[in-house]
Amino acid sequence: MVEAGVGIIFWILTFVIIVSALLVVTLKNIFHSALFLILCLFAVAGIFILLHAEFLAAAQVLIYVGAVSILIIFAIMLTSNMASKKIIQTNQNALVAFFACLMFLVVTLVLINKTGVWNYSTRNLPAENILTIGKLLMTDFMLPFEVVSVLMLAAMIGAIVLAREDKA
Amino acid sequence: MLYYLGLAAVLFSIGLFGVITRRNVIGILMSLELMFNAANINFVTFNKFILNDGLTGQLFAIFIVVVAAAEATVGLAIVLLLYRNWRGINTDNVSIMKW
Amino acid sequence: MILASVELIGVFRWLYGLLVELGLEEPWLSVVIYGLLSVTIFGVLCLIALFLVWWERKIAGHMQQRFGPMRNGWHGWYQTVMDALKLLQKEDIRVDTRDRAVFFWAPVICFVAAFLAYIVIPFGDGLIVADLNIGILYVIAITTFTVISLLMAGWGSNNKYALLGGMRSAAQVVSYEVPMVASILTVIVFSGSLSMVDISNSQQGNFIFNWFIFRPPFGIIAFLTYITAATAEANRTPFDIPEAEQELVAGYNIEYSGMKFAMFFLAEFVNMFTVSAIATTLFLGGWHGPLLPSWLWFIIKTLAIVLLLMIFRWTFPRLRVDQLMEFAWKFLVPLTFANLILAGWMKYAGWYW
Repeated sequence: MVEAGVGIIFWILTFVIIVSALLVVTLKNIFHSALFLILCLFAVAGIFILLHAEFLAAAQVLIYVGAVSILIIFAIMLTSNMASKKIIQTNQNALVAFFACLMFLVVTLVLINKTGVWNYSTRNLPAENILTIGKLLMTDFMLPFEVVSVLMLAAMIGAIVLAREDKA
Repeated sequence: MLYYLGLAAVLFSIGLFGVITRRNVIGILMSLELMFNAANINFVTFNKFILNDGLTGQLFAIFIVVVAAAEATVGLAIVLLLYRNWRGINTDNVSIMKW
Repeated sequence: MILASVELIGVFRWLYGLLVELGLEEPWLSVVIYGLLSVTIFGVLCLIALFLVWWERKIAGHMQQRFGPMRNGWHGWYQTVMDALKLLQKEDIRVDTRDRAVFFWAPVICFVAAFLAYIVIPFGDGLIVADLNIGILYVIAITTFTVISLLMAGWGSNNKYALLGGMRSAAQVVSYEVPMVASILTVIVFSGSLSMVDISNSQQGNFIFNWFIFRPPFGIIAFLTYITAATAEANRTPFDIPEAEQELVAGYNIEYSGMKFAMFFLAEFVNMFTVSAIATTLFLGGWHGPLLPSWLWFIIKTLAIVLLLMIFRWTFPRLRVDQLMEFAWKFLVPLTFANLILAGWMKYAGWYW
């Protein structure tokens, strides 16, 4: 049951993710990279839906597409002369990096394949995804939740302090 | 399940490649987002197939998304600051430790 | 035209039976049915958008002591159809853009994102494409694509006004999303569910007084803040700085012409209908109401809110950019969060029925 076919939707999403991720890291025009990043993250949200994590998928689209990528696009626009095609966008390590990443990938895939027996769970996920998440956040995960809130606040204040023009 | 793990591995490697090769700080940040997402796919996959009860993996992924948002906020503020001071945001420009 | 859509639901049932009899297997059956359904919704929404454009012009005219379009048909009722036909056959002027692909995809994304929200909006009792359990969250998430498209349009146009319009719009929409989501959360606190159908169902009965807008004081505050933020989300006056005619010529869509301009234009009106439909579902009881059939109630309520937005547009002056941001962050955000916390506390204390 667990290893049964992943279906055509998985392969479409995988194709989109991998192609757009490759374009994100290789394109010369960094604005196009950002747009492909959005496409890639959107497809990852689709993968989350396949894995029965609807709330996470919605949060992914909301936070990444709605906030993070807009921030990135803003930064690209504000530093616009850095996006021109005349500037080399990659450094000299490309070949070395390619082989390093290839090795990493091969090792990971071999490890995944070598792991003989996975402890597949027999239970299904709770049907009421959001309800369970909410309850867990308010009970077992209370402390991480609060810590993350404080972190967000700190990041917000930090960003404002960093980015403001010094009047004094 | 192995397919999902393989996808995550590929995505992570691509992100790693981007982090190593990009000169532009914004490009590095974008590649970092790819790596975060690879990790998230792994968490959610294990949550679906391995974990016996609860949604711990999904919660962890949510925390990662939130932390990524915070990281992007601060990172891009620093990018703006760099741009203002050096008129450039490539990593090799900012390797000096003091001025 | 609404009548036709209701008829069509029956037609779909008949078609489903027919396809089953023809021996169509399951994946293709869903593909065909959902494909036809989405084409239908698309058509109906296009008609609604055309109607809204005409209505807006009539209201603008009457508020300014004139008639508005009068030539084509009774009170100019097919004026906008003619306008759309004219835009279709106009030359598609290609500016020497910095970025042709981005220039091309921006209106497409804007158009598609505007329509995708309608998957979860219940037009009536059972008139919904898919009742997702993340319903309202899905709408919020999918409408963020509009911002991306505006930024793409601004970037791709290679025009400083367009770029300014795109950046303003991004800043504005991201800022106003916070109070909008906070006021939506108030409703979620009331209903205890994210699904649009459940939210509507928890407001039925008791004539009309179970609607969330009639839960003083938090329901009415949430409604007012939602309408304010939604006006900004839909980029309409008094919050239309992305395309402020007097400052930015036309903002992000300045370089667009012909079909692409029509897509932006229609998407804008579809977005307006979307925010009104969400307001109807969240605060005005969705399709529930006495006497009349459900879909008629839904349309009446939604059009009433659309009328409200139109009256806003032709009575209020435009805010400045800094005033706009101050209003969002210094007034709306604290207000909505206080409202949300107090509403949650009231619910927890059991003071609501």
